[in-house]
Formats: sequence, structure tokens, C-alpha cells
Amino acid sequence: MSDIKITIIDREGEAHVVDAPTDMNMNLMEIVRSYELAPEGTIGICGGMAMCASCQCYVLSNHENVLPEKSYEEEDMLDQAFFVQDNSRLGCQIHMKPELEGLEVKLAPQST
Amino acid sequence: MIKTDILIIGAGPTGLFTVFEAGLLKLKCHLIDALPQPGGQCSEIYPKKPIYDIPGFPEVLAGDLVTNLMEQIKPFSPGFTLGERAETLEKQEDGTFIVTSSRGTKHQAPVVVIAGGLGSFEPRKPPIASIGKYEDKGVSYIIKDPEVYRDKSVVIAGGGDSALDWSIYLAGIAKDVSLVHRRKDFRGALDSVEKVEELSKIGKINLITEAEVVDLKGEDHLDSVVIRHKGQASDEEVKPTDHFIPLFGLSPKLGPIGDWGLEIEKNAIKVDNTYDYQTNIPGVYAIGDVNTYPGKLKLILCGFHEAAIMCQSAYQRINPDKKYVMKYTTVSGVSGFDGSKKEAKREVVKSIN
Repeated sequence: MSDIKITIIDREGEAHVVDAPTDMNMNLMEIVRSYELAPEGTIGICGGMAMCASCQCYVLSNHENVLPEKSYEEEDMLDQAFFVQDNSRLGCQIHMKPELEGLEVKLAPQST
Repeated sequence: MIKTDILIIGAGPTGLFTVFEAGLLKLKCHLIDALPQPGGQCSEIYPKKPIYDIPGFPEVLAGDLVTNLMEQIKPFSPGFTLGERAETLEKQEDGTFIVTSSRGTKHQAPVVVIAGGLGSFEPRKPPIASIGKYEDKGVSYIIKDPEVYRDKSVVIAGGGDSALDWSIYLAGIAKDVSLVHRRKDFRGALDSVEKVEELSKIGKINLITEAEVVDLKGEDHLDSVVIRHKGQASDEEVKPTDHFIPLFGLSPKLGPIGDWGLEIEKNAIKVDNTYDYQTNIPGVYAIGDVNTYPGKLKLILCGFHEAAIMCQSAYQRINPDKKYVMKYTTVSGVSGFDGSKKEAKREVVKSIN
């Protein structure tokens, strides 16, 4: 098995513990979509190019050391996004890997 | 009134390729797009990004794909209404449709194809509860006429190129300009960042960083904004201003299409994928990323496929009494409306004596 367990708190505040495959090059935004934890059309609008911030989430668990560094594009997008906090990340930039076992994130509110 | 056979809403790759498929059937097309240039997302969001899953192209830049599509459809002389959003769809007694744009341009066609992708790109609005109340009463998301701001005080919010560029421009027109940005870092072109810094030092731009506009005040018209510093509710200032211009980029919205009486599911238009990608309104089709059906994949190549199928159905709708079978371009060539003709070289039969 190459799945890890992660916790995703949806925009209504409900926590979902889900299995995330680490062998399919999936990112957190795609995990959310595959489990339909946010309505289609409200997440991953740009397709995962760090160009829309619809997959913004807050990282609640202590995975700072194993999360990838923010790219220029991600920083740029978070600069323009709303509801940004210190622990904000774009889900599409977080690829699933074994080190992220136990990751806990909360989806940021949908911006209009 | 612009009249055509097929009116296409959305000039992205799917909409553009529809012109080609329609042209093979001798149907003329006109495209409407809210963006000022054709290509949709490919031109607006990621022109320099490579695409690897266009059949026959191991790698193609999104911008080049658009250039190629424009070249491919040139013989069919499509019309364009650019920089205008399709606002209303009205069915006429003769079965045709009239689509009116945001600038009042009217288009009439017997077939309407919505190839609207994610929708039209619209300014992103900051989450301030009262902002709707002040729209066009001191709050605007785009600057149409800079003269409006002459000798007025203006607060601009944002940290990207448009926020920087407009701050610089309005610094020469307005009474005073404040630029509010959540961080200290600006991510615009280096020239613009330096210019803003310079203007800030000589007092032409009032730079307010690590701050956010969180509320708006005023009776009928905006008269001040509430600026929160460093995210502290205890550290807020009320700043009098005539105008507030939030500039946070564009995001796609389904927009007025959502009010046309079409069946919407998952922010997309439901179509009949067992046959011709027609919507619940006969004569109105939806293709590409804007539609949905069981198993839908939002891929450019799927949009191309849907365009080809949809054009055959449109042909039957426009010419109910004509018999037709699909022809291969390799066999029949491509005859443009501009008089051009492309075809495979024929073999010559000539005896050698």
C-alpha cells in the first residue's frame, strides 16, 4: 500500500479522514476533488497551475519541514488571494508523498 | 445586427476549432468573447505553458496552439466581437436567437454554441460585506476613464502589476493616491515597483503596507475606508476617500449564461452526450470545458471532438431537407469562404512513349 491518511476539513467545517495515494502524482487539490469535498467549479479552477487560489488551504498539522517550499508563482498567487493566513498554501502545489502521513488541512473559504 | 449561421460564445481553442468544422459544412461563424484577444485561457492565463496532450503535437505552447488554430480557420473568415461579454439570449419567433453583448452589440443566428470554458473573466472582489452597496458609488474594479479621478482622493488595493501601474498613473491625476497592500513585497515588474517606491518617497503615493481594507463607509456614496494594520482588529484607521479601487486580478465566472434557462450542474451546462451536445434549449449547444455529462473530461482534445459532432447536428438543424455525409479533408480538400482552396496533389496519368 502506498496510501497515506490525511485529514481535510471542508468549507462547512466537517473533518474527513481520507486515503491519499502517493504513487499517482496527485496533489492535495486533486485529492479534494476526487473525494468531492468541495463542489466542482469551486476548487482547482485553473487546473493546478497556481493561478487561481481556489484551492487555498490552511495547514494545521506540523508538517512544515516536509512540505515543499513555496514557488514564486505560489507566493505571487497567495499575495493576491483573500483570507490568507501565515499557514496558507495552495493545495495544488502540495504533492502527496509518504512523509505527509497525518497531514491535516482546512479549506479556505470560497472567494467570489 | 450581426447575422451568421453559428454564433459561438467563447473564442478559446474549442470555439476556434468549431469555425473549422462548421466551415467544412459551408456554415459561417461569428465569435463573442469577453477578453480582448482570442484564445481564452490559453492566451489569458498560460500562453507560455506547454501542452503535451494535443494529438499529433508532442509539445505545443498554449499560445502557439491558438496561433495555429487562427491560421487553420482563416479560410473560413470568422467574425469576432471581442472585449464584450454575451449578456442575453432571446429566442425569436422564426426559431433564431438574438444574443446581445455587454456593449449592446446584437448578433442573430439559428444556432448558438456556448464554448465558454470556465466562463468570462471578471475582476476578483475582496470579501468586504458592504462592497456591493458602493459599486459605481465610489467602488470600481476596473478603471475605464482615469479622468474620473482627477483631483479626487483614491485608495487602491492590491500588490500586482495593475495595482502598481494604476497607482503610478493616477499619482499624476488624482489629488492623492494611497496604495494598500497586505505585504511589504510587491510582485510586479521591477520598474513599476521602483517607480512606486520613488513616488512614495516624494509623497506622491501614500504607501500603506501590511494592511488591508476591511470595511467601507458612507451614506449614499463611499466617503471612507477602514484600513486594518497587521491583521489587528485593534489597529484600524478610518481613511476618508472619494474612491476605492481593489485590483486583485481576474477570475472566471459562469456569469449571465447561468440565467439563460439552461440546465446547470456542477457549475457547468448539462448536454446530451449520447448525440450532439445540445442543451435543454433546442438550437443551443454547449461544448468544451463549459459542459458536463457523465464521464466528462475537461480536455482541449475533448472540446475538439465535441465541436465536430455538434457541427453535424447544427447542419441538419439549419438545412433540415438536405442530405449530407461527412467528408474527409484529405479527399475533398478545404475550400475557404475567402476563395482559397487547399487540396491533396492528384496523381497525374500520363503515358511515356
